[in-house]
Amino acid sequence: MNVATNAPTRLRVRGLQVCLAGTNTDVVSEVDFDVALGEVLGLVGESGSGKTTVALSLLGYARRGLHITKGQVLLDGQEILGMPERELPALRGGRVAYVPQEPAAALNPVRRVGKQIDEILRVHEGRGSRGGHVAGRVHDVLSSVDLPTDRAFLRRFPHQLSGGQQQRIVIAMAFACQPGVIVFDEPTTGLDVTTQRRFLGLIADLCATSGVAAVYVSHDLAVVGQVAKTVAVMYAGRIVELGPTATVFETPRHPYTRLLMRAVPSLDKAEVMEGIEGQPPRPASRPVGCSFAPRCPGVGPECLSSPPVMVDLSASHRVRCVRVRSEAQRTSGRQVIPLVDSAQPGPAVLEVEGLRASFGTNEVLHGVSFRVPEDSCVAVVGESGSGKTTLARCIIGMHTNWAGNIRYAGEELSHGARQRDGDVLKKIQYVFQDPYTALNPRKTVGQLVAQPIDHFFGLARAEADARVVRVLEDVSLSADFLNRYPDQLSGGERQRAAIARALAAEPDLLVCDEVSSALDVSVQAMIIEMLRRLQAEHRLAMLFITHNLALVRGMAQSVVVLSQGRIVEEGPVEQVFEHPRDPYTIRLMSDAPRLSPAAATGSGQMPEFRADRATER
Amino acid sequence: MGDHPHAGAPQSADTGLGAARLSDPADGGREGGRYQPMFAGAGARRRAYARAHPIVSLVAGRTGQGIITLFLVSLVVFAATQLLPGNAARAILGFSATPQRIRALELELGLNRGWWSQYWGWLSGLPVGRLGASLANSEPVWRLVEPRLLNSAVLVAVSGVTGSVLGIALGAVAALRHGSLLDNSMTVGALAVLAVPEFVVAIGVVILFSTVVFHLFPGVSLLTPGENILQAPRLLVLPALSLTIVTIPYVYRMTRAATLEALESPYVEMARLKGVPRWRVLVQHALPNALPPTIQVVGLTFLRLAGGIVLVEEVFDFPGIGQGLVNAVTDRDIPVIQFIVVVLAAFYVVVNITTDVLALLLSPRRRIPT
Amino acid sequence: MTSATQSGRPAASAAASPNQLRRHEWLTLLHRAAASRRGAIGLSLAGLVALVAVVGAIWTPCSPTAFLYAPLQKPSVQALLGGDYLGRDVLSRVLAGGWVLLVMAVAATVIGVSFGAFQGIEAAYLGGRTDTVIMRGMDVFLAFPAIVLALLIVGTVGPKLWLIVLAVGLGHVPQVARVMRAAALDIAERDYVKAVELQGVKPTRIITGEILPNLVSPLMVELGLRLTYSIVIIAGLSFLGFGQQPPAPSWGNMISENRIGLQTNPWAVIVPAALIALLAIGTNLFADAVARAAIGADRQVEQAFVRTEAAKAAQ
Repeated sequence: MNVATNAPTRLRVRGLQVCLAGTNTDVVSEVDFDVALGEVLGLVGESGSGKTTVALSLLGYARRGLHITKGQVLLDGQEILGMPERELPALRGGRVAYVPQEPAAALNPVRRVGKQIDEILRVHEGRGSRGGHVAGRVHDVLSSVDLPTDRAFLRRFPHQLSGGQQQRIVIAMAFACQPGVIVFDEPTTGLDVTTQRRFLGLIADLCATSGVAAVYVSHDLAVVGQVAKTVAVMYAGRIVELGPTATVFETPRHPYTRLLMRAVPSLDKAEVMEGIEGQPPRPASRPVGCSFAPRCPGVGPECLSSPPVMVDLSASHRVRCVRVRSEAQRTSGRQVIPLVDSAQPGPAVLEVEGLRASFGTNEVLHGVSFRVPEDSCVAVVGESGSGKTTLARCIIGMHTNWAGNIRYAGEELSHGARQRDGDVLKKIQYVFQDPYTALNPRKTVGQLVAQPIDHFFGLARAEADARVVRVLEDVSLSADFLNRYPDQLSGGERQRAAIARALAAEPDLLVCDEVSSALDVSVQAMIIEMLRRLQAEHRLAMLFITHNLALVRGMAQSVVVLSQGRIVEEGPVEQVFEHPRDPYTIRLMSDAPRLSPAAATGSGQMPEFRADRATER
Repeated sequence: MGDHPHAGAPQSADTGLGAARLSDPADGGREGGRYQPMFAGAGARRRAYARAHPIVSLVAGRTGQGIITLFLVSLVVFAATQLLPGNAARAILGFSATPQRIRALELELGLNRGWWSQYWGWLSGLPVGRLGASLANSEPVWRLVEPRLLNSAVLVAVSGVTGSVLGIALGAVAALRHGSLLDNSMTVGALAVLAVPEFVVAIGVVILFSTVVFHLFPGVSLLTPGENILQAPRLLVLPALSLTIVTIPYVYRMTRAATLEALESPYVEMARLKGVPRWRVLVQHALPNALPPTIQVVGLTFLRLAGGIVLVEEVFDFPGIGQGLVNAVTDRDIPVIQFIVVVLAAFYVVVNITTDVLALLLSPRRRIPT
Repeated sequence: MTSATQSGRPAASAAASPNQLRRHEWLTLLHRAAASRRGAIGLSLAGLVALVAVVGAIWTPCSPTAFLYAPLQKPSVQALLGGDYLGRDVLSRVLAGGWVLLVMAVAATVIGVSFGAFQGIEAAYLGGRTDTVIMRGMDVFLAFPAIVLALLIVGTVGPKLWLIVLAVGLGHVPQVARVMRAAALDIAERDYVKAVELQGVKPTRIITGEILPNLVSPLMVELGLRLTYSIVIIAGLSFLGFGQQPPAPSWGNMISENRIGLQTNPWAVIVPAALIALLAIGTNLFADAVARAAIGADRQVEQAFVRTEAAKAAQ
């Protein structure tokens, strides 16, 4: 049923269903897949799709409030879901291992790392064997992931390790007992692209050499493309498309997969991203028919009557869509964004000169200079720790410990927002990274958007109200939203409301700090495209800050690459993307995962990984 | 998600920062509150200024704070007892005394001196036990209070330790059986007992074990002069029982909460998914993490007992400082009030420092800097 | 199960609550607390005891201070609860002896919580040196157990009722200030407050418009908790003889006076003791229900409990 390989099937999942405890409401249902020996299956889905729930079920485990109700998980033909409670410890970590999402949280803070590795060995193979044997195995396990093996290292506590080292510890634990199956649960969240690339290489390496079957859970299609040979796309608790990664990426057949691919930003071309309207239904309120029907552009009456079943398109490619054979294939590429002539930038709205910013005595920006011309978007790209958020916060006056010059329309800005005059505060607006914390939970959307209008313009009530409605329309929120509170909104709607609040002040410069990083890909695409439209319509100058290079391509006219508090490269977008000059930029470009079908080989050979060993010590 | 310095623990992973951190455990990175330095370079520069071990600096800092607190406490106590309208002379002579007689006594007690001089006289006497004489019976304050101190210390120690041990045990059991009938009934029971005033519990204990229902133990803890409570342990039973009863629910609730939090943590989930057996997950993974908050609550329990003895000792006529304080307040015996209140405040400061240091020792994340 | 809930965000499913809910948050909290089982039990317990006290304030079968029976007379049809150590009617004294406690407890709570909240929020928002001075000052008062602080004050000035109310209220201030400061600091650090600050809105308007509305829940929780403590401390003081002075009846001094007669007429002790206990238990159960309604699930209440307790412990 999967990719035709000769390797025997190691893991077989049939009809898996997980419900909210004590109810018939399924969170995950009808999950079928096989994973062969040495193969990696990628399980992709947006938040709430149930991918982590499926991953944990493979260990016979459900989180609090969930209950595995139906189905089979067969490991080498042996059913594990019906296993008695006392046999589960031997299974977990021994035959099926788990690599958690956040190693920093998953490592016990009060236990030394040596002990934590030692423990898994002792639990699974230590019985009867002597301590010396286990100590030797700890050594082997650590060296297999290129970590130091000396006593001093073993005696460290998790918080004394770097993020990358913590990641390797959990990987080492997963491989320690030579399991048959390893489940990776978004293990690269929070890593920079270079570490991620090395990490993916390491996984591919270890899986190939030790012959395990792996399930790799991620929200990131491109990441999955780098490790997985087969991919399963999940939507609303069901697998909607399953097939060889290359096939699925090249010719996606489920409407959701197709739309998802069109929402992924591209590094290599400036294209219009297309988001998906609406949001996935919650477990309790899924429709009778296809769960994707409410958002599907090709929906027909047959989609609404009964839940669709999996349709075999080939021996290895299956799709859960009743119209998959009847619907016309839409193969057109995405619309390309025309190149803006950036040869003659207008006068600068914002000029930053020799900006040095510190936390206490610790300098994090070491003399940063750039300018934002009017009516144009400048992107600041940097990885976590590069100082890009600090840069944004200096500009808006939220971080006050800085030296150098920041000029707005030729005028020097004071350090803190409190010292700046009202006009400047009005003209420079900021959109926060996390829409979940940026909106006061006690205020309605209407009140939130009205606030800057009242503060800056002092209009009559009726006029102000009309303006609120207008601004909301600008961000595609209907007047229905006026009386809603933030916790009644989805993430995307919240971010729209936050952007509306910024626009309500009628700014000249909009500073957007990682505005889409808390959102799903399909929502991110809508937000980014909206910002692009708003920038053009309102002739805004925009400072667009992100860690995601691909977003920059279609968004900005010029780009500034920030690394360790310094600008390492800057220039027009086309030039920097096509001909990067700085080694850091080059590495950033080459290490970023791409969704191009060519990348979807699942081989992931990363020879440079070993070279890293010296620096890590 | 973000790169603002306080946004996340996983720092810029493998960029050589790891190497810097590994080689130098005494590296900075804690200063500046939660704004951690993000770069190896900055960390390395800072390395020259090695810092005192966190335990040393914590103990030193806390002790310093404690001394300042005690100093301020002494000021408050002094101000309250000397500068408020009811001064010592009036207290001794009663409200019907003529102004002339009050003036005369004020002269005798030195109340006519400036407040600073009076305060200094009192404060300098504190550490050496030169506390003046009781206004009620002219005996030296130290001789009056000293035997009571021992009795109260025994009472607090016995009930505090018993209550903490039982509370921790019950709390851990309830957390393990979270949501069960046992857990629910114990939790509601704890909530109820937590609210009942200590003296009502003590009265209940007297009714139950000493008078109305059973006659098992004496309901009054009268010692013969010169005897201390250790020589008459039977007299300790009911007061200690009452205080234990009020202690348990507090420790129980805290332990339950802390254990639940630990049991729900990602590292406990990870331990389960590693195949660690259930009991080992509890003992080796959950409990060590639940310990620091529990220790803090045990400290708080002892502090609560410092207030609790006042009422419970009164119920049992137990000869401790609580009863001493009540008697002194009734007699408006100001030197005794001052001394006992300062002793209780000092107890507060010492317990606080101790629990802080213990909690620090038990959490590597705070003990060993990154 | 979803990434949204994993990352600790409020899941969108919690959204269904009606809008008035947030307009009169304190009312809704009370309503939700009363609707929960624990809260309903607490409210009816406390309500019952309060009813006894209120009825007694208006009507008693006989004069609570008249000597009617033999000392410590056992209960009979005429004297339902018997006589006290001086032969006064226990039932009448019980009825008459509660309302002063209730009034004092409520007054002390209101004084303590409002002053404490004001200090805490002020310290949080002004920050810097003001914060340090206020909170260090509070720490000094934390060193006194509440009852000891009250005794210290009452012992010097005399057992005046207003003074007891003030002393008990003062005893709440440092704890309340600490909790409210922590809550206010937490809110003041949120992005949504920063967003308004960046517009140059005045600090006073930020406190009233952005921060205070988010402090309604912790304030309600504190009110409930402190009310329980006020009852406990004021009853205790009255037991020690520092409350209403004889011959006026109060539950606390009845327990103290009639202890000598426990063997003969235990009801003279048991009934007032039980009323105090039920009142305190009822208030505490209701306060807990309010906390639950304010914060959410059991686990979160407990976590908040751990945090506030730990905050109290760490200076």
